[in-house]
Amino acid sequence: MPDSPGPLVTPYLTWTGERLDDLFALARDLTEDATFPTVHRWRESGGKVVGHFQVYFPEEIAHAAGMLPVKVRGARVEPRQADARFGSYLCSVIKTSLEVALSGQLPLDLFVSHPICDAARNLAAVWGRNFPYRSEILYLPQNPNSRYAATYLREEYARLKGVIEDVAGRSIKDSVLRRSMLVFNRNRRLLRSLGRIRRETPWLLAVDEAYVLTAIGGLVPREEHNRVLAAALPLIWTRNAKPQGRIRVVFEGGFCEQPPIDLLHAISESCYVVDDDLLVGLRWIRKDVPVAGDPLLNLARAYLEHSTYSSVQHDLRKPKEKMLLRRIRRARAQAAIITAAKMCEPGLDEQVAYTRALDAKGLPYFVSEFEERMTSVDHLQLQLETFVENVLFA
Amino acid sequence: MPVPVAPSSPSIIGRGLTEGARLFREWFDRLDAAAEHGEPAAYVFVMGSLAELLRCFDFQLVFPEINSLQTAVRRVAHEYLNEAEDYGYSPDVCGYVKADVAVQLRDGRHPMGRIPKPSIAVLTNACNTYVKWAEIWERLHGTPVFTLDVPGTRAAGDDDRPGDAGFARDVAYVADQIAELIALCERVTGIRFDIDRLRASLAYANEMNACFRTLLDLNQRAPAPFNAVTDGTVYLGVLNGLRGTPEGRAYFTDLLEEMWLKVDRHVGTVQQEAFRLVFVGVPCYPMFRRFSELFSERGGTFVSSTYLWFASGGASGAWTYDLARPLESLAEGLLVSVRRAMDSMFFPDRALAELVRPFRADGVVYHAIKSCRTVSTGLADARRAFSASCDVPSLFLESDMMDRRVISEAQLKNRVDAFFEGLAVRRP
Repeated sequence: MPDSPGPLVTPYLTWTGERLDDLFALARDLTEDATFPTVHRWRESGGKVVGHFQVYFPEEIAHAAGMLPVKVRGARVEPRQADARFGSYLCSVIKTSLEVALSGQLPLDLFVSHPICDAARNLAAVWGRNFPYRSEILYLPQNPNSRYAATYLREEYARLKGVIEDVAGRSIKDSVLRRSMLVFNRNRRLLRSLGRIRRETPWLLAVDEAYVLTAIGGLVPREEHNRVLAAALPLIWTRNAKPQGRIRVVFEGGFCEQPPIDLLHAISESCYVVDDDLLVGLRWIRKDVPVAGDPLLNLARAYLEHSTYSSVQHDLRKPKEKMLLRRIRRARAQAAIITAAKMCEPGLDEQVAYTRALDAKGLPYFVSEFEERMTSVDHLQLQLETFVENVLFA
Repeated sequence: MPVPVAPSSPSIIGRGLTEGARLFREWFDRLDAAAEHGEPAAYVFVMGSLAELLRCFDFQLVFPEINSLQTAVRRVAHEYLNEAEDYGYSPDVCGYVKADVAVQLRDGRHPMGRIPKPSIAVLTNACNTYVKWAEIWERLHGTPVFTLDVPGTRAAGDDDRPGDAGFARDVAYVADQIAELIALCERVTGIRFDIDRLRASLAYANEMNACFRTLLDLNQRAPAPFNAVTDGTVYLGVLNGLRGTPEGRAYFTDLLEEMWLKVDRHVGTVQQEAFRLVFVGVPCYPMFRRFSELFSERGGTFVSSTYLWFASGGASGAWTYDLARPLESLAEGLLVSVRRAMDSMFFPDRALAELVRPFRADGVVYHAIKSCRTVSTGLADARRAFSASCDVPSLFLESDMMDRRVISEAQLKNRVDAFFEGLAVRRP
């Protein structure tokens, strides 16, 4: 097989780099576009695409093979065909993720799911029965506390690399993989800069704005995402905005199915969301991954040792409720919004632990459920505003 | 491989059910005593219980899944579910988990006795809810939790077997974790690991598993000697609860004697076995007998059930522990068996298609349940795939294994009746 020439890079965003509002609008359009124009253009230019379901995926490996890694995270579509493939009691993201593929809106060359929950693991099997291309389960370790977990995961990544090489039709040299890791290291640094803005000067960047800037990373080549973020950050830092009387909150429950952007916007009307777990997979690794040495082992160690937390990973070192309290402290939040997607078992289970931990600390919280396809957020917004008033005037 | 035994007195017919009930009562009596005296208890799950290993440390084995289903069979599940929901759990999460939460909140009080608190929880990743479930005990009791990670089949059609490079990598990971688990068990109990005790337990498990496989195959006979949903669940309980014990071995040896007698005398489970059915999913425990009667009243018999595949932890397929190298073989067996259990939930279509002919199946009943995404998420799609490959009618039902609020007997009956009308039309 020929060496990987590196990814094809074609700019998708037509942002001129001048007005932030134009970028937010473009990013929102792209995030909500269920026809996945970036995927179609990539394929039209001869590229191949790996769709990876939530939450975390080592995108560097696909990138190094010249493939476009696309985050599969559902869409605001009616699951007409997918409904026939599933029973009634299921979260929306599983159905709509399959729907966009069945309808031809999201053409892929490889699909990868993970055992983040019982539905997501089943999704790989369902996908495999419905499409001619390969559908994989990447068995990320569920026992991260084993001293053998990193070795196992390194081997699992090596296996995945082999699958990706087969699909891409090219081998991945370590040197190319290291270059890809540098691209993703930069991307995570830029995303961490967005996070710092929200913690330190949240009036400069609303949660829905930060969300769309992050989300497009799962749709466009990462080099392009880096260019956009690098250009946007100075504009955000110098934005003409002043602090307002909103409470500082942490948003928890967006690790898989995504709330509608309208809902995030409604929250931003009364709250500064100073930290969240929305699309946490794109920010899962919290430090630069070293490129010297064995790159696959480095990626494996980063997943296990230098990562954040989520309802879908059990790690004895990271009890979720304690991690949430730490997130709240670190972001100097006054309250938490504890959400879960409807029928999301890990999220709903975790709500109990979170709310009990918050009760014990006397921290106010707002509990809700959402669905990616919900069309009205008025009622939720009213409830939230009442909650905010209670916090402000308690 | 067990050999047929000489048929003896017809009085042994039904023995498997009565003995199974007796063994269950005794098991729960032991749990009650353990709770009373503060004896160590290991909470485990049916898919990868590691009972053979944990017995070496004198743990009483608690299967919370079995505890929970017992509340449904005894028609008190709603009390437990309500209590857990009052505590904060959503109506949309696993009913087994919620029933257990209520048991824990009630200090172990359960319709069959008192359940001891967990000294340790050992689980595999065969079901993600296991992981979330164990976190609850971690929070409530500070229980040490060991998640034994068993890498499953990565894609449909992948067939890693002993001897393959991929299998070797995965089994090494499982073996390393078993070593870590042993060290944890030693710390928790103060008992040193004894490989000869493991060897003895594996030997009993070998015999039980062999009998279980023979038992499943015997239902290829017509009439089928047992109902794979109702009777099979009793046998399954003993297989899980007494895995790796002399009592378990004796039970299954006796059970096979009974089944061979029934085969010899052509004794089935219904007056006239008109339709041979395969069940896919988890039983409807809140109306356990009645659910089966919806079919048996029309001459339908469940001759096979995927529940017996995955809820046995994959004991439905071939595996014999090599007693000359117990630990290595335990790791291999765990990987093979748990992976098989997972495959029977995620990739059931091929296995189902393969059993139609030997079991002479007339129809397949898919039973999706609200409580369990592991089993139910892919059922409708698996049914589509099955229907595309086999000219065998199928029925898709939805209810629950715990929550009677989402079960409508009248609706189920309408669907079942229509299904039988379709089956009858196909008869020449």
